[in-house]
Amino acid sequence: MLSVTLAHAGVQQFTLDNGLRVIVQEDHRSPVVVSQLWYRVGSMDEFNGSTGLSHMLEHMMFKGTKTVPDGQFSRLIASVGGRENAFTNLDYTVYFEQLQKDRLGLAFRLEADRMHNLLLAEDSFRQENRVVQEERRMRTEDQPEALVYENLMATTFEANPYRRPVIGWMDDIRNLTVDDVRHWYQSWYAPNNATLVVVGDVQPDAVRALAQQYFGGIASHPLPVRKPQEEPQQVGTKRIVVKAPAKVPYMMMAWHVPVLRDYAHDWQPYALQVLAGVLDGNSGARLGRVVVREQRIASEASASYDLVGRGPGLFVIDATPMQGKTMAELEAALQAQVRSIAEQGVSADELRRVKSQVIADNVYRRDSMFYQAMLLGEYVTDGLPVEAVAAQADRVSAVTAQQVQQVAKQYLVDDALTVATLDPQPWDEHHERPAVDLHDLR
Amino acid sequence: MMRTGMILGLLLWSGAAVAALPIQHWQLDNGAQVYFVENHDLPIIDVSVDFPAGSAYDPVGKEGVASLTRRLLDQGAGGLTDVQIAGQLADVGATLGGHFDADRAGVTLRTLSRPDEAHQALSLMTAVIDKPAFAASVVEREKARVIDALRQSDGEPQVIAAVAFQKAVFAGHPYAHRETGEIATVSPLASTDLQAFYRSHYTAGNAVISLVGDMTRAQADAIAHQLTAGLVPGKGDVPPLPSVPALTDAQVRNIPFPSHQSQIFMGQPGVARGDPDYYALYVGNYVLGGGGFDSRLMNDVRQKRGLAYSVYSYFIPMRVGGVFQIGLQTRADQTGQALQVVRQTVDDFMAQGVTPAELTQAKNSIVGGFPLRIDSNAKLLDYVAMIGFYGLPLDYLDTFPTQVQTVTANQIAEAFRRHLNAGKMVTVVVGAATAAK
Repeated sequence: MLSVTLAHAGVQQFTLDNGLRVIVQEDHRSPVVVSQLWYRVGSMDEFNGSTGLSHMLEHMMFKGTKTVPDGQFSRLIASVGGRENAFTNLDYTVYFEQLQKDRLGLAFRLEADRMHNLLLAEDSFRQENRVVQEERRMRTEDQPEALVYENLMATTFEANPYRRPVIGWMDDIRNLTVDDVRHWYQSWYAPNNATLVVVGDVQPDAVRALAQQYFGGIASHPLPVRKPQEEPQQVGTKRIVVKAPAKVPYMMMAWHVPVLRDYAHDWQPYALQVLAGVLDGNSGARLGRVVVREQRIASEASASYDLVGRGPGLFVIDATPMQGKTMAELEAALQAQVRSIAEQGVSADELRRVKSQVIADNVYRRDSMFYQAMLLGEYVTDGLPVEAVAAQADRVSAVTAQQVQQVAKQYLVDDALTVATLDPQPWDEHHERPAVDLHDLR
Repeated sequence: MMRTGMILGLLLWSGAAVAALPIQHWQLDNGAQVYFVENHDLPIIDVSVDFPAGSAYDPVGKEGVASLTRRLLDQGAGGLTDVQIAGQLADVGATLGGHFDADRAGVTLRTLSRPDEAHQALSLMTAVIDKPAFAASVVEREKARVIDALRQSDGEPQVIAAVAFQKAVFAGHPYAHRETGEIATVSPLASTDLQAFYRSHYTAGNAVISLVGDMTRAQADAIAHQLTAGLVPGKGDVPPLPSVPALTDAQVRNIPFPSHQSQIFMGQPGVARGDPDYYALYVGNYVLGGGGFDSRLMNDVRQKRGLAYSVYSYFIPMRVGGVFQIGLQTRADQTGQALQVVRQTVDDFMAQGVTPAELTQAKNSIVGGFPLRIDSNAKLLDYVAMIGFYGLPLDYLDTFPTQVQTVTANQIAEAFRRHLNAGKMVTVVVGAATAAK
């Protein structure tokens, strides 16, 4: 063990000799535990022509090792009442198990095994590649709003890898090979590129012993060099139209903004978080109150901003117009809300409201072990210390009305804006095929 | 991107605790039922108030009135506007939510338990439940939003398939129509329709109040009184729902849509909540399509053939019936093959039942997973509210593991044969498929 520090009440962290970082938060309310293994590799680490590699590898991680054959991972976890799954994002790939507390060793044994013993057989890769193609059809190709988002990202970012979809372009998915996946696995899956987060009814010393027992023998290795790939400054509004079969149009607007790098000194990300809250923190916030309720231009409108991320930040507003309202009217109404904050600022009431919600949410999230682990894993993987999680409520509380106005004025400007709209396409919906005879189907 | 959708059905059935779960229950003088679990680990109070006011209670021709009534509750109440309600809740960091399905309409609140915050949040919840305004202009605005949402979902193949499936499975029954109604039935609704529905369904005698968290029993009792003080006492005018008729024929619908995948739903009516066969069906369905990667459908459709990303089956038990449903989506030109595989899997399951190894694995998974189902106040509230609303025994959660453990392979086979008929399935396919052969 290299170091043990008490980060803040209830959270302990240490690092094994091979570089595996371990974070433990005790929560003794129920006799259960959640274990999340965060690999610091996601779609932003990929290259043109082989997008979707991280996600494809995530699928293959369930397809067997030398000692745990294909299908057995899920079966073993289920046999003790556990749940397991995984998810891939721009920044990371995460594997998790939720179990009764005395089964944590099983999760560690299986995760440690597949960290360095994955089989990656050609035939199971072929099969799973078809599954991933179906996943892309389901999540993106047949989801107009997801298509809008995918096109928006590919447009607003030109140089930064955030422009590529997490699941990968369909043609790239089709052309992935098992050797590509093996290379990716050997490059990035190592204890020195991972963080193990454990939250639950456990003792940190016991978790440390278990982690050492199962992960301690895995060798670290040097990681590939990551280039910064900074996005050049945008120099004018970008507009795109996406056509897809749908009944109702949709709009996404995104501006380039900063994300949190130094939690103790950066204030702009916290001000942007408050700005999102003033626009859309509750149904009486500005977008809902003015654009939906008073003006009745949108049927739905929301604002979002992710405080943390390995890559660049985006501030996003998305909305659906009411029937009879044009996209130009919708965009103007949303822009007017942004401009009004940039020019006139926010009220003390609005500011207080957003802060109250952040403070309350800080308490509410303690009701979910999984969410607590998510926050810790995401902050750490995105390069922030665990202290930043606990500090978030205080940092938001320190934001002033003037700071909210300033970030709106500085960042939500037309030259940094991308607007993506869905142009709904009709289809022939009045010609239902005759019901085929049941026997034809069987 | 997840490897699979979240495990389906966590709340579609009733889970249970390993340790005894002390649910306290009492009735108020006005008829309201109160269910309470005391827990001071976190300074949080969770409350839900439910009424038998779901979409199955929509009067014929006014489909959508139940949903719109629920939607309007917090859009102006007790002399406050919608914006004031939202703002004052936000001031104390409270969250008002709710749920709505064919049986049930409810309002939920999560608030800090500190007296100042809790008092304000509960006052607002009381106004929302007891004194909704149903102002005509707000009704018109929300109607327009509902109609827009209906138009939008009419362009979504998953929704088109789900609506067609529900209609076919529950043909002619109050469970058959879309929960939000249709554009044609929502458009003519007026404030008076909502008020009439509210008066007859949101009565004290119909209210089921569930409370979990940082309060004493005396405080819980006071909250329950406060929440229902303004409601009409008694049961109101809620006619019982008819039972769900069995299907007489198999039915297949092919609905064209220019999508890459076909959306496929198969199924038929299932069982009502409280049915003695439910445990056998639940355990059996784990093996068929409820157990994720432990299930036969996942193995046959995805693992062996790569035909779909997600494939599952479940039973949803409701008040007077329920549904058994299989769902998947596959590239349009594979539709026929996928249907064939699913039908073969179901036929084999109906014919041969579960193996001893499958049964053991299913029981280990379900029983071993019980503590995860109640490891937060939020999850606990959902179960307590369900027990209260459906009048299940207070020890329902405690006895669930034993009930699951005692299920035999024969009981599963008999229960499936009693409730499902592979020859009378509803099959809905929405997609650009070359006809589903």
